[in-house]
Amino acid sequence: MDKVQRMTREYGVVIFSKSTCCLCYAVSILFQDLGVIPYVYEIDHDPQGKEVENALMRMGCNNALLPLVFIGGKLVGSTNEVMSLHLKGSLIQLIKPYMSV
Amino acid sequence: MNSSTYTQFVASKRMGICDPIHQIGMWGDFKGSSFPDTLILEVENCLESEMPIMEKRLDNETEEPSHVTVGRSNIYEPETSKRIDKLYIQMNRRLAQNREAARKSRLRKKAYVQQLENSKLKLLQLEQELERARQQGLYVGGGGLDASQIGCSGTANSEIATFEMEYGHWVEEQDRQTDDLKSALNSQIGEIEMRILVEGCLNHYFDLFRLKATAANTDVLYLMSGTWKASAERFFLWIGGFRPSELLKVLTPHVEPLTEQQVQEVCNLTQSCQQAEDALSQGLVKLHQILAEAVAAGTLGDGIILPQMTATIEKLEALVRFVNQADHLRQETLLQMSCILSVQQSAQGLLALGDYFKRLRSLSSLWSSRTSEPA
Repeated sequence: MDKVQRMTREYGVVIFSKSTCCLCYAVSILFQDLGVIPYVYEIDHDPQGKEVENALMRMGCNNALLPLVFIGGKLVGSTNEVMSLHLKGSLIQLIKPYMSV
Repeated sequence: MNSSTYTQFVASKRMGICDPIHQIGMWGDFKGSSFPDTLILEVENCLESEMPIMEKRLDNETEEPSHVTVGRSNIYEPETSKRIDKLYIQMNRRLAQNREAARKSRLRKKAYVQQLENSKLKLLQLEQELERARQQGLYVGGGGLDASQIGCSGTANSEIATFEMEYGHWVEEQDRQTDDLKSALNSQIGEIEMRILVEGCLNHYFDLFRLKATAANTDVLYLMSGTWKASAERFFLWIGGFRPSELLKVLTPHVEPLTEQQVQEVCNLTQSCQQAEDALSQGLVKLHQILAEAVAAGTLGDGIILPQMTATIEKLEALVRFVNQADHLRQETLLQMSCILSVQQSAQGLLALGDYFKRLRSLSSLWSSRTSEPA
């Protein structure tokens, strides 16, 4: 829980992912196209990955829903939510403070 | 008498058939007279040239050899007698050989016929099986039967068959709705009725995505292949369906005039849609790479290693999420568009889409009839 909170507060856009998950990769590409460099935390590449996974599950996130996206410390959701927000035009608004350009 | 017999014999020989059996019996008629030397010569020639001495064939094909032996005749002069005896022996031998050859031939023919009968039965069985498999796996519905389907499990087969059937119904309903939209736009129906029509059309698209989600769980590769779609539609295939950005390009010209705000919103939607599409496409490229590496891994000559294959199949299942995501993008694009547009404009847009897909299917039919024409 701590680690999750720390990460999501430290970085504007955080994506919890797995290195083998291609949909997670797709979402990170989307953010990059929009001018944001997301912090991608790969659960399978961190020795503490299991704890992070558990913490996320305790927050009510289903592990099968990777990628999990946090913007500004708040949980946005998985790919579906990100895509819907983007088509509505809301995603751009959310990431504006964190755009690197 | 003897000359006529002789003539008969010689005539048969000229036809290639020596049939002395009938003749031999008559030689007994030559009592007292000398056996013509020329006749002996003829028979000797016959034997030497190995012309067939044909037995009269029996119609009922009995196995018992006809017991024909040529008897001796000692009524002639000793010298002639010797020659005749020799001839008789030789002829008997030849007849026996012929009988044996004929018997073997009959046995071979019997075996061959038996083999033909067996093959005929086998062919009938195979035809029946094929018919059964066809009925299980094949259903007409916009696409064709993928040959690989006949090999897979019965359940998957029937689910795919169900999908193809339901998709066929879906297409028919879509064409009906397109016609309804056309007549509604031409007549002056009220806004509420128009709204109901538009909602119905949108929900119909959402029904398709639900259908596809089920099919994706059954066989995602089948869905991705697009065999269930018309051939021209397949040309435009993107992750198991139409491109959302393509959709917007088709209907935008038909929903004009747009307000300034609408123009901006449509522009933004088009851009967001394109970006989302690109992101998914790149994700798919990565999946390609991972799969290719997984299949190529391992030392050469290993053939199929079960654990490796199982891991690869798990990777393939990631494709299901991609198809679902692509359908979600299509759904969201349609929804957003209907939010931006007025009811009237939405109806026009949906009509344009319906017409577009109808034309693609007509193109496919035209194409297949063109390619099946004899050269």
